[in-house]
Amino acid sequence: MPDFKSLLSSHTRRQLLVLMLLTGILATVPGATAIAAPASREVILATTTSTQDSGLLDVLIPMFESQTGYIVKTIAVGTGQALALGARGEADVLLCHAPAAEMELVQSGAVTNRKLVMHNDFVIVGPAGDPAGIRGLKSAAEAFKKIAAAEAVFVSRGDDSGTHKKEKEIWAKAGVKPEGRWYQEAGAGMGQTLNIASEKQGYTLTDRATCLALKKRLSLEILVQGDGALLNIYHVMQVNPRRFDKVNGPGGLAFVDFMVAESTQKVIASFGVKEYGEPLFFADAGKSEEDLGR
Amino acid sequence: MDLVVEGIVKAFWLLVRADREVVRITLLTLRVSGLATLIAVVVGVPLGTVLALCTFRGRQVAVSLVNTGMGLPPVVVGLWVSILLWRYGPLGFLRLMYTPAAMVIAQSVIATPIVTGFTMAGIGQLDPGVRLQMLALGASWWQLLWILLREARLSVLAAVIAGFGGVISEIGASMMVGGNVMGQTRILTTATAMEVSRGHFDMAIALSVILLALAYGITLGLTHLQQKGRHA
Repeated sequence: MPDFKSLLSSHTRRQLLVLMLLTGILATVPGATAIAAPASREVILATTTSTQDSGLLDVLIPMFESQTGYIVKTIAVGTGQALALGARGEADVLLCHAPAAEMELVQSGAVTNRKLVMHNDFVIVGPAGDPAGIRGLKSAAEAFKKIAAAEAVFVSRGDDSGTHKKEKEIWAKAGVKPEGRWYQEAGAGMGQTLNIASEKQGYTLTDRATCLALKKRLSLEILVQGDGALLNIYHVMQVNPRRFDKVNGPGGLAFVDFMVAESTQKVIASFGVKEYGEPLFFADAGKSEEDLGR
Repeated sequence: MDLVVEGIVKAFWLLVRADREVVRITLLTLRVSGLATLIAVVVGVPLGTVLALCTFRGRQVAVSLVNTGMGLPPVVVGLWVSILLWRYGPLGFLRLMYTPAAMVIAQSVIATPIVTGFTMAGIGQLDPGVRLQMLALGASWWQLLWILLREARLSVLAAVIAGFGGVISEIGASMMVGGNVMGQTRILTTATAMEVSRGHFDMAIALSVILLALAYGITLGLTHLQQKGRHA
């Protein structure tokens, strides 16, 4: 009888040991299985990509965490997805910019305690050459009409985000059904969509904050701004804990209160001034939507 | 091109200065993908061996399933794992959504069929004569398995390499079940996508350089193991 153990040369055994050690080290580093913080300390914030891409949340979230002791999980997605997460009770608090869609959630009772936080505005950007000739127009709908008539490339977010909803609103106002080769849906976040528009030298609708933050890398210019229809209004709202038993009610309430608190509003109002020479957002707590843009 | 140079220089400085956030992201990437690969090996190697050696009814179906699974799109895995882990999903009580553990689960699901498939192919390729000879020499089942795995070690290590490569490079599942939460579930791929979307291309390139270096380093180590025993 041959000894089968001897078939395993010491060499192979050493090899195996190294492999086991390697995977062992990778696996046992603490944190690999990091247990979730107790539910009550954790607040899930579903928000739009623009608040993350502009860098505002990088400033606000640590402030909130140190003031209240809550741990925030920021899920930055399109407003469509953020609202859907809220409607299903999968988030605790929402920060969005699609007032009409938000009101539907308020009326259905899925969210509550909705408060105006800040606004900035949307702008229409496009190539310096401006093939559709929209530079300086005062009406966004007028500009969209001209873009459609010229069949100039227009890159849409195409992701049901707040910006996309606003864009569809303007198309409807212009009485144009955008379709054809010139109308391209990116299905991507704002930053990515701006990159695409810049590469294709097309037009797109963007919020001013993301546009300013990315400006130096883009070969696009702001062509139309200042139309009242282009206001970009952000509200914070808490997912209704009476509707969803697993929602962190106190945590959501704390975040809503934090966003409209005076000290937070000051930070919002000055955010971006140093870097871009102008603020990216205007703090609006306590105002009503009708007061804006006057 | 200046962008690439900027990015590589930035990657270098981030590493030299051991930037806290970048170190955390890098370590988390290693932990999540390493643990997922380990789980995939623990499940996939025995499963692949069984599928290669045993004949049973439905084997063909099982093998086809594994082969299809080798190409599972990460976003599909992400969606299904999300549905399971959401608060109001069937496993919601575990409270795993948006945690590293959720990412490990999703990545294990992606890596396991890959490891299983490669192992199955490797063991299946061995000369069946070896098996008969070993049994004739009086080897027990365990001894036989061990010898077969040893004979197929090139393929088994290829399975580990492919499984690890599959998960360290995926983004769709980790973005969906992890949420790319700063300091908690941000890994190299999700951070890179976010920096691109923010227009911080230099940072994105820096992160991608770190990711590539990491993947290369680990794969080099595994390849070294794989090739070392070749002529032994």
